[in-house]
Amino acid sequence: MLRIKNLEAGYGKLRVLKRISLHVNPGEIVTLIGANGAGKTTLLSTITGLVRATAGEIVLKGQNIETLKAEKIVFRGCSLVPEGRQVFATMSVRENLVLGSYVQHRQGKEQLREGIEYIYDLFPVLRERKAQLAGTLSGGEQQMLAMGRALMAKPALIMLDEPSTGLAPLVVKNIFRIIERLREEGNTVLLIEQNAKAALKVADRGYVLETGKIILEGQADELLANRDVQRAYLGRDVKEN
Amino acid sequence: MKRHLPLALLVLTAIGVQQLTHATGTAFYLTPLTMAAYYSLVIVGLCLLMGYAGQISLGHAGFFAIGGYLSAMLTTRDLTPYQDNPVLVLLDKLGCTVTGQDMFGGAVLHVHPWAAFACAILITIAVAYGIGIPVLKLKGHYLAMATLGFGIIVYRLVLASPLFGEADGISEVPAFPLFPGLAVSGGFESRVSNYYLAWGMVACAMWLLANLIHSRVGRALRAIHGAEDATNAMGVNTARYKLNTFVISAVLAAVAGIFLTHYNGGIGPSEAGIMKSVRYVAIVAIGGMANLWGALVMGSLLNIMSLRGMFGSYDDAVFGLILIVIMLFAPRGLLGLSLPQGLKRLLKRGE
Ligand SMILES: Nc1ncnc2c1ncn2[C@@H]1O[C@H](COP(=O)(O)OP(=O)(O)OP(=O)(O)O)[C@@H](O)[C@H]1O
Ligand SMILES: [Mg+2]
Repeated sequence: MLRIKNLEAGYGKLRVLKRISLHVNPGEIVTLIGANGAGKTTLLSTITGLVRATAGEIVLKGQNIETLKAEKIVFRGCSLVPEGRQVFATMSVRENLVLGSYVQHRQGKEQLREGIEYIYDLFPVLRERKAQLAGTLSGGEQQMLAMGRALMAKPALIMLDEPSTGLAPLVVKNIFRIIERLREEGNTVLLIEQNAKAALKVADRGYVLETGKIILEGQADELLANRDVQRAYLGRDVKEN
Repeated sequence: MKRHLPLALLVLTAIGVQQLTHATGTAFYLTPLTMAAYYSLVIVGLCLLMGYAGQISLGHAGFFAIGGYLSAMLTTRDLTPYQDNPVLVLLDKLGCTVTGQDMFGGAVLHVHPWAAFACAILITIAVAYGIGIPVLKLKGHYLAMATLGFGIIVYRLVLASPLFGEADGISEVPAFPLFPGLAVSGGFESRVSNYYLAWGMVACAMWLLANLIHSRVGRALRAIHGAEDATNAMGVNTARYKLNTFVISAVLAAVAGIFLTHYNGGIGPSEAGIMKSVRYVAIVAIGGMANLWGALVMGSLLNIMSLRGMFGSYDDAVFGLILIVIMLFAPRGLLGLSLPQGLKRLLKRGE
């Protein structure tokens, strides 16, 4: 589905990503974990074309996309749920969803309605709040809206940037349950998380990013059991010496 | 259906007002009403740009002036000395020129208003793209500054250039025969027809803009206002949307400039002044930013009051003051105002 080879990117002179390689197979949840400032958001921005790659390749469904503009990449089937949600605050919940289907403009009114119904089934709270302005939703509701909005594009690959940040444990659980449900329905997910434990529990595979480099990769359960990962990301103090 | 209601109301009001002035013998009101209609055209265009696409412009008087001045210059300048110039010969063959008489009965040659119109609009579009491509990369204060700079340049150019009449502006601008039976002119006998023409254009613009706002494009525009990167990540080509909106609003301003210039029979540098741009921005703010109808209502009212001289020589000061007051008390516009809330805000601020 997605294959990244020796990708480099940064801001001006600052090199943030250093020869990143990773891949996501169709139908799997892949998680990328890493500390603050590791470059996780930068990686997603580079995949979506908001930040330009300076070297390397990004291949989505067999086609190179690293030189395409952000709006073209969405049309190729790759949707982002950005860090901090970034819902359209002055628009209603429903309008946010309709805008999410922007790339699906060839679909008819009926299909649009069905698409919205599907999202409401996934996130019933959104149905209750469909006329409310997105800016007045709670953090958890905004996260659900951001996910629903991204799903409206019917993406082949959905990328989530720290969906659990700032949410109560119960809401986090709910979000992760929905991510699992997305896989059950055949979606492909690239999940970025600080909450490494929860992420590795739902994921099939994982990568660990540290200061712009992938330092570890493997099956999710292997990573969960890995001492380095445990020490650095799971908050478990493994005594050495 | 709901969308057409305000439009119907606009048409009915326009007719009603005309009938009223006719019945009461106050047809002289039609002149400021017509002028206000053209200013409203600038304002609704700016409203699209500011309220919906979220891009401020402090240079719209510049676009108004580009339209007005170019049309005035082209339709008044005597081209007889250049009669043998191949360009002019070609223009002549294409029927883009008219011959007339000057004050002393000598034959003069001008560009036809339609040709001047086309030329002015094309140049406006070119300038708007030229300015818009670099400038719209800026945000907030920086965009305001850059467009302000553009406005100042246009103002100083028309003020300094003999071609544009320096401080005197250009006068004796001829009528603009749109089609047989209807010309844009300030003549007494065409007062009613010009009134309807101006407000008809406003109605058309409102219809177009209202449709635009409620389309997929409009939804994307409003989203840009909120979160640009996120909109981009939805697949919206935000750069192009912002640019095209900027150009549309510039063209509306230029069209208004052209028509008003022919209606008034002239144009002066004050039309290009910064205070004009500030005034347009103030009116959009009073109307409630993202509120086309609010902008139209406020634009018409305030412009009529201003044109009738109700603000005396404090005209510009009044609009500056309005801008400050609105920003303090009613950032969502006068129509979205709830007074107690505004006072509460101010009291809080004082704490
Ligand atoms: N727009 C920007 N301009 C310059 N530097 C940036 C920009 N965005 C991020 N950086 C820098 O790039 C590095 C990686 O940032 P990035 O946002 O990708 O980290 P992250 O892994 O997503 O962190 P977090 O978990 O805190 O979200 C940081 O050192 C950051 O300061
Ligand atoms: Mg991040």
